[in-house]
Amino acid sequence: MAASAKRRRGWRKRLGALARFTGALVIVGGLYSVFSPGLYAQESEAGAIDADAVKGQELYDTSCITCHGDNGEGVEGRGPSLIGVGSAAVEFQVNTGRMPMAAQGAQAPDSDYPVFTEEEAEWLGAYIEYLGGGDVVPDDLDALVAAGTVGEGGELYRVNCSSCHGFSGGGGALSSGAHAPSLSGVTNEELYQAMLTGPQNMPVFADNQLTPEQKADLIAYVQFIVNDDRDPGGVFNLGRFGPSTEGLAIFLVGMTALLLTTLWIAGKS
Amino acid sequence: MKRRKGTSDSLLTKAGGELDDRFKLAGPARVLLNKVFPDHWSFLLGEIALFSFILLLLSGTFLALFFEPSMVEVTYHGAYVPLQGVEMSKAYESSLDLSFEVRGGLFMRQMHHWATLLFMAAILVHMLRIFFTGAFRAPRETNWMIGILLFWVGFFEGFFGYSLPDDGLSGTGLRIMEGMTESVPFIGPWASAALFRGQFPGTDVISMIYIIHVFIFPLILLALITVHVGLVFAQKHTQWPGPGRTEHNVVGFRMFPNYVMKQVGFMLFIWGVIGAMAGLFQINPIWLFGPYEVSVVSSASQPDFYVMYLDGLIRLFPAWEFRAPPYFTLPAVFWPAIAGMGLSVVLPLLYPALERRFTKDRGHHNLLERPRDNAARTSLGMMVVVFWIIGVISGGNDVFAEKFHISLNAMPWAGRIGIVVLPIITYYVTYRICLGLQQHDREVLAHGLETGILMRDPNGRFYEVHQPLAEPDEHGHTELEYNGWVVPKKMNRVGALEPADKGFFKSIEEPSDNGGAERRDEIESGKH
Repeated sequence: MAASAKRRRGWRKRLGALARFTGALVIVGGLYSVFSPGLYAQESEAGAIDADAVKGQELYDTSCITCHGDNGEGVEGRGPSLIGVGSAAVEFQVNTGRMPMAAQGAQAPDSDYPVFTEEEAEWLGAYIEYLGGGDVVPDDLDALVAAGTVGEGGELYRVNCSSCHGFSGGGGALSSGAHAPSLSGVTNEELYQAMLTGPQNMPVFADNQLTPEQKADLIAYVQFIVNDDRDPGGVFNLGRFGPSTEGLAIFLVGMTALLLTTLWIAGKS
Repeated sequence: MKRRKGTSDSLLTKAGGELDDRFKLAGPARVLLNKVFPDHWSFLLGEIALFSFILLLLSGTFLALFFEPSMVEVTYHGAYVPLQGVEMSKAYESSLDLSFEVRGGLFMRQMHHWATLLFMAAILVHMLRIFFTGAFRAPRETNWMIGILLFWVGFFEGFFGYSLPDDGLSGTGLRIMEGMTESVPFIGPWASAALFRGQFPGTDVISMIYIIHVFIFPLILLALITVHVGLVFAQKHTQWPGPGRTEHNVVGFRMFPNYVMKQVGFMLFIWGVIGAMAGLFQINPIWLFGPYEVSVVSSASQPDFYVMYLDGLIRLFPAWEFRAPPYFTLPAVFWPAIAGMGLSVVLPLLYPALERRFTKDRGHHNLLERPRDNAARTSLGMMVVVFWIIGVISGGNDVFAEKFHISLNAMPWAGRIGIVVLPIITYYVTYRICLGLQQHDREVLAHGLETGILMRDPNGRFYEVHQPLAEPDEHGHTELEYNGWVVPKKMNRVGALEPADKGFFKSIEEPSDNGGAERRDEIESGKH
């Protein structure tokens, strides 16, 4: 009895030591992973090339390599290096039909008919991710957007975005033939990717400038004004261009209708 | 039974008699009701502005009941979700409440804005009619000048109006006005500081322009309009030349009942068009613009169309800054904004006097001129129109560039070259068109109408048969004098073919065989 009890106590002691040791390891490991730069963790994850990246590489070598070069290193005067741009940038450019670009110009135009499917874009993204890591879109983006505050998003939108995309998200002209596109019909994911990676002429809004939550607020606002605002002022919103199209409307609709009326009234006797 | 004897007619007569006994109404009323107005569609353009103005007074009164002209900062808790929790001025908050929470408020706001645009558009179109027909000539120069002043008072009234809601776009407009004011040499900064009571935007400007917008300027407009219309009554309306019309009579309809009925109908029609536009077309969606913050300037920020040409001139003018160290700087914006606006006020005001001086035409004119008959004036007017249109397009050149896929850098250069070159080309082309039209009128008067019938004489020569308008002399010429009015150019205008069909939407008179079948047959046989 006594011996067995003693043995049992020793067990417990050893078990306790093990628990303490594990606990200490977890704390140290946790602290390490908190304070160490995130890049290391990602690199160790993506050490070996996976199946998706291999498929991505096949596509890359046939469709992208002309301008972006071997292993995404870039070609002087044709296309920038893609090392470190991340899957967010790749998926944005490919899914919106901007890449592959048909011809060099002021700006790659977006297209409703992208060359690759979304799955293929993911493979390409995986390959670029394999080459040098980079920015990715959070998995729970839609939940983040659903939790976003539209009001805060509006304030952020007016300060950061309206100077190019306009108050109503209709887009606007930029210098030398470039333009800021309209934001209608753009998915949450694409909006996030665009802010994160700054495609074409757009500046990068990295996470230290706009946190993921702020980006989600912004997306919630953009989706509101584009989809939910529904233009309470009338059946026609005149493209939301403001006074330019309003001025056109008063002459083409109002004045024209009344000029016809003058002809009618003056003809009556 | 005896009391039933009087008919309603005699009751009216009796009531009229009683009123006349007390107020001496019959004399003036008879003059007024019997006043004759000439009838032509182009004489109804000013009325569009007049009736829009009445609607502006009515809808503006409604808006003033709910709008609070205060720049006190509040936090929005109203119905529009994306602005909830946003700091804004009381003026902007009350404009939002007016749009979303006051019953019919958004409709009234939009009606007020569309009526403004129609008011200004109608003034412009009316002014073009007056200009191109020479209606501003003596003795009506004063009324022309009052009209020009009406445009400019309306211009600033409208500008102040869209500044009031204190949204992002209106603040941007005020910012530009501040810049323009400051560019005036010597007094600029002081004037701007007086307007904003210190630094832009300050906390007072909305309440100041509110009083200007709802009281002072409407009063000035009302006074000017009263004098404008009163002068038309006193000096009598101009008329087109034509049968029975001279410099000394007026041919047309009496005020009552004909003209009054037309005017009331037209007024209701105008209000209907404005109401329909206010219900169908969204205008100035201030909720999208957000509250004004100095740091926020959206792309595609334009003023209303009547201010846009000035914005365009500012965009086009090169950055020529004049410096006289150490103290004096004349910014480039002074030239298009202040000098440009000054010339746009002064030159139209002086135009009647200038034309008198250059043409040495000192006579009084109650008959209008067709635009083709004064080629120089018409061409000059078209020059200004083209200049103005290029200015307006340049005011929206970023929208234009984006939607038509033109480089934004190309737009100002196209505007700069265009605004110098195109008016000159326009002058020449218009002049030639006017001369051509004049010539064709004279040709028809001398040789007759082109019938479209080709004949071949025994020598094999082809010629077109002309229908002379009067008995020709031995040379085949008809000595008809041009009387300043439409010369018939088609056979059906002189009753030789199918008769002219009157009426706008549908025929208001049955076609008659007008002149007999033989003549018609004769001409038809010539076609074979």
